[in-house]
This record gives sequence, C-alpha cells and structure tokens, in this order.
Amino acid sequence: MLNPYLKLNPKVFDKEVEQRAIRDGFGEALVELGEKNKDVVVLTADLSESTRTEAFEKKFPERFFEVGVAEQNMAAIAAGLAVSGKIPFISSYATFSPGKNWETIRTTIIYNQANVKIAGHHSGIVTGPDGATHQATEDIAIVRSWPGIEVMVPCDAIEARKATIASLDHKGPSYLRFTRDKTPVITTEKTPFKPVQTFWTSESAKCVIFATGHMVYHALLAAKELEKEKINVLVANVAQIKPLDEKTLLDCVKKTRYVVTVEDHQVMGGLGSAISEVLAKNLPASMEFIGLQDTFAESGKLIELIEKYKMDSTAIKSAVRKVIKR
Amino acid sequence: MQELHDDKLKKLEETANKTRELIIETLLEAGSGHSAGPLGMADIFTAFYFHILNHDPKNPDLPDRDRLVLSNGHICPVRYVSMALAGYFPVSELKTLRKINSRLQGHPHRGSLPGLETTSGPLGEGISQSIGMALAAKLDNKKYHIYCITSDGEHEEGNTWEALMFAAKNKLNNLTVIIDRNNIQIDGFTENVMPLEPLRQKYEAFNWEVLEVDGNNIREFVDAIGEARAVFEKPTVIIAHTIPGKGVDFMEKDFTWHGKPPNKEEAKKALAELRTLQGKIKSEHE
Repeated sequence: MLNPYLKLNPKVFDKEVEQRAIRDGFGEALVELGEKNKDVVVLTADLSESTRTEAFEKKFPERFFEVGVAEQNMAAIAAGLAVSGKIPFISSYATFSPGKNWETIRTTIIYNQANVKIAGHHSGIVTGPDGATHQATEDIAIVRSWPGIEVMVPCDAIEARKATIASLDHKGPSYLRFTRDKTPVITTEKTPFKPVQTFWTSESAKCVIFATGHMVYHALLAAKELEKEKINVLVANVAQIKPLDEKTLLDCVKKTRYVVTVEDHQVMGGLGSAISEVLAKNLPASMEFIGLQDTFAESGKLIELIEKYKMDSTAIKSAVRKVIKR
Repeated sequence: MQELHDDKLKKLEETANKTRELIIETLLEAGSGHSAGPLGMADIFTAFYFHILNHDPKNPDLPDRDRLVLSNGHICPVRYVSMALAGYFPVSELKTLRKINSRLQGHPHRGSLPGLETTSGPLGEGISQSIGMALAAKLDNKKYHIYCITSDGEHEEGNTWEALMFAAKNKLNNLTVIIDRNNIQIDGFTENVMPLEPLRQKYEAFNWEVLEVDGNNIREFVDAIGEARAVFEKPTVIIAHTIPGKGVDFMEKDFTWHGKPPNKEEAKKALAELRTLQGKIKSEHE
C-alpha cells in the first residue's frame, strides 16, 4: 500500500490523476529562490521557455543572462560568477548541458567545487517525439563520476520544486534532472523531501523496486498490480542518486533480498549501477535493471516508448517475477 | 595604476630577467613542462604583478583585488615565478612544481594555491570565466578589473568566440583580454596549423576595441593597459606580440620548445645567457 506516513497523492492510481511537467517545479522554485536570495542568478542557452526560466527572467531581469546557443560559454561564465559569490543555475537540455559542455563543467565547475546548479532538461525517453538526439539517457552516468557533485532526480513537479530549493543547502555543484512531458503527480506539498523514501510498503515484501524520476509512477503501478498476484514488494523513490543514502537503501534490501532498479536512462552508469556498487560491497543481492538496454530510443509517445523499450509496468512486473525466482 | 617612471621600469626589466632565470631553473627541476610561452610572457607577468594589479600577496582573497585570469594554463611556470617573487609563497617552493603533494600543479588549480583565480589547462575557457567575474562585479557595483591572459592558439577553440560575442553584447568594459601572440603552438606555427589572421579584424568585427603592442616591451604594454581602462563602450583586447622563448637565443621562435623543458646542459647554456644579459656583461650576475 501507499506509505500512509508520507502523505502521497491519494489519487495517484486514478485514471484522472493530475499530470504536470516536472520542469514546471523548477521554474516555480527559481522565482522563490530569487526572492529569498539576491545572489541567485540564472543563465540559459536559448531555451528560456522550455527550461522554464522565463518567470525568473521577467521578475529579475538584471540577474538573468541569455547566452545564446553556447553551452560551453554558459558553464564557464557560471563558474566565474560562482567564484565571485553568486549562485548560478544553468539550464539547457541535458544532451547539451552537461552533455556537450562536459569537460568545461568538469574543469571550471567541478574541479573548483564551484557553487553552480546544473539543470538538465529533456532527460530520458519521456522527451518523446523529438527523438533520440534530444533524449538525454546518459546524463546521470556522466555526472555521477564527478567528485563532490550532488545528483537529484525528482519524481514529479512538486518534488522538483523541493529539490531545486534544497540544492542551495549544498555549497558546491549540483545536478538537477528534469523531464519535459506531463507526468502523474505522485507526492503532495506535505510529503517530506528526502534522498530515499519508501513510497509503497508491505510487511511481507520479497523484493524492493528502487525507482527514480517519473518512472516511480510506473513502479508504483507494477507494485499495485503485483499485489493481486500475491507478490509483495517495496517501492523506494530515489530522489537523490549522489550521495546515496546507503543506510535507507540497505535497510530496504535487508528486508527483501531481491532488487529491481527502474530508471529512464541507460542501465549502464545510472541508478542501477549506483545501487549495485553499494550492494556489492555491503549486501550482495540479486538484481534486475529496468532502463534502456544499451540502445538509443526513437521518436514516439511516452506510453509507446516505454512499452517498446520494456520499461513499463508490465516489464517491471516481469523483472520482479524473474528476480525472486533466483 | 601609478605612472611608470624610468627607474621603476629598469627595476621591472630586472625582475623580468630574474623571472626568466627562475623559469629555467624551475623547469629543469620539474623535468617536464612548457618553456617557450613562459619565457615570452615574463615581461607581461612582471608588469602585472609588480605594477598594474591592485592586489595584496599577503591577502590573496582581498575582495576588491583585480582579477588576473590565466586562460592558457600551460604557461603557469611564469605565473608561479611571478607570484613567488611578489611574495605569495616562498621562492623555494618553486622546486615542487609538478611533484607529489605540491600546491603548484602541472596546470594551475584554483583550490590548490591561494591567488589563482581559476583552474586552467583545457583551452578556450578563461574568457568565459572572466566574463562571469565581470558580471558579478557589475551586479555588486565593484570597481575591480578583470584581466584575462590567453594564447593565440586557443583562438582555435569555438568557446573563445562564444565568449567574445557575449562580452561585446554585454559591453563588459571591466574586462581586458591579452593575447600572447607568439605565433607558435604544439604542432607548429599557428598560421600553418590553423590560420588566425586577420586577428585584429576578427576582434573588431566582434565589436571589441583592439590594441596591438610589443609584448616584450614593458612600457608599451603598461601604456596599452592604461588605454584599455579608458575605453567605456566595449571590452578591449591587447594583442601582445611576443617572442616565444624570449631571452634564450636557441629557444626563441622555435616551436619545438613549446611543450618541453630544458635538460641540464641546455639549462646551463640558457642561464649563462640570461645572467650575462645576452653577453652584455662578462661575469654572470647572481
């Protein structure tokens, strides 16, 4: 059942569940932060509307910088602002930033531990019709190996707002991963924001599903459907992939022995890899990995894509059935 | 910036020569690193650290200090030597360059050594970072100036031109870029590897104020900085024509000295040349 202590959206399983774009939460948070902290500045690379920085631009034009289609320049300018006491948010599509400008970020932001917040938009195949050029499916892998970065992947628009605001608590580089399409709202304003939380609980769970981003919804659907087959699982929302809350993670696995990870990302280097690194060292467990299986996706609707690339609730259920037989 | 009197100029020239000697000694000890660029830029770094910059070596984080950003990090031996001579750290520490547990990384790391404004080595990123500092200064109504030293070769990086467009768009008159126009890069002469000329016209087309000087002439360079500070509508670039390997006859204008240090014999020869002021005096001064 849905964890009653977390005040999640009681209508999450309704057909008419409220849908919002995760990126909207980022836009709201920027305005809030702009009001609270005069050092917050925002940069965009010709994508102010689709990265939701427009509202900040309108309210704080003197603290908003349009750099044009120049992601390397954007990253290094942000580094210069940060070492001068500002808190820059840089926003573009994740394939371009932190994709195209990866080395610029590495040298000027990460190696200096500059207080820059990197917002990677249009992540995952949920980017849909734009096709694989614009679907960032390797971004977690390429940022996760950077020393000292915090990596956050919110599951809905509400959590996106909270994650963006929380990123200011980390005085160093943060990566915030956002998606484009409207996806179900899973949490409420009253849901606490924590790195790892069990959204679906069971006293007799055999398996834990660790899910991140908008895929948490599909993991919850799978959990609910599996209940009918008398297969009980836990679903943990991993909102922060780095640093990983190892204690909560290990507590979940101690109870269940079997693990399925679910992410809208390549299975190499993302959430599944991060969790297997912790488990291999502390508590080896049998695992299945849901995500892109070393392939690019294509244009299409979210629902079509997650079915074709075996990331929907049907695929998650199969993975659970498979892993608990080992 | 104070006026540059003749007696001060003479002192600066002596300091530049001492800087060259220390560059040779430091590179010999390190066993790897770049020779030509640092020697060519000794006059400009001396001018910055001993005349132009508003800074305090004993208080490297002074909030209102001028920022000296080095974009082409590989010429850091000259920066380290200038900093040591200026009093940022003991001259004896120069012999730790490129060695384990040293603050003097092979390419400069901001977090390792107080007084470094950025981390550099990967090319084409310095002007962008300087822009960030210039924007912050304007937001905070601060009067400090940002100087960014670049190589000519790194103008082959697309990022450089992204930065130039942005700085002109935002009329960043608190930013001055200096180009070490020594015409060499690792693979050869710049005009053979990838022609940069007409460099002046390119900058002018990007809406920058352009000054050109002999980068091995301290007075000319200091005057150009004064001129750059007086330009209000645009950012300014100073194209400083320098001689790579300046001061050491067998290194001058030879691109093969871009990325290697002298061996023991070569260092001895170079030091003898520098210490006799190109044979002008008989016995080596110390």
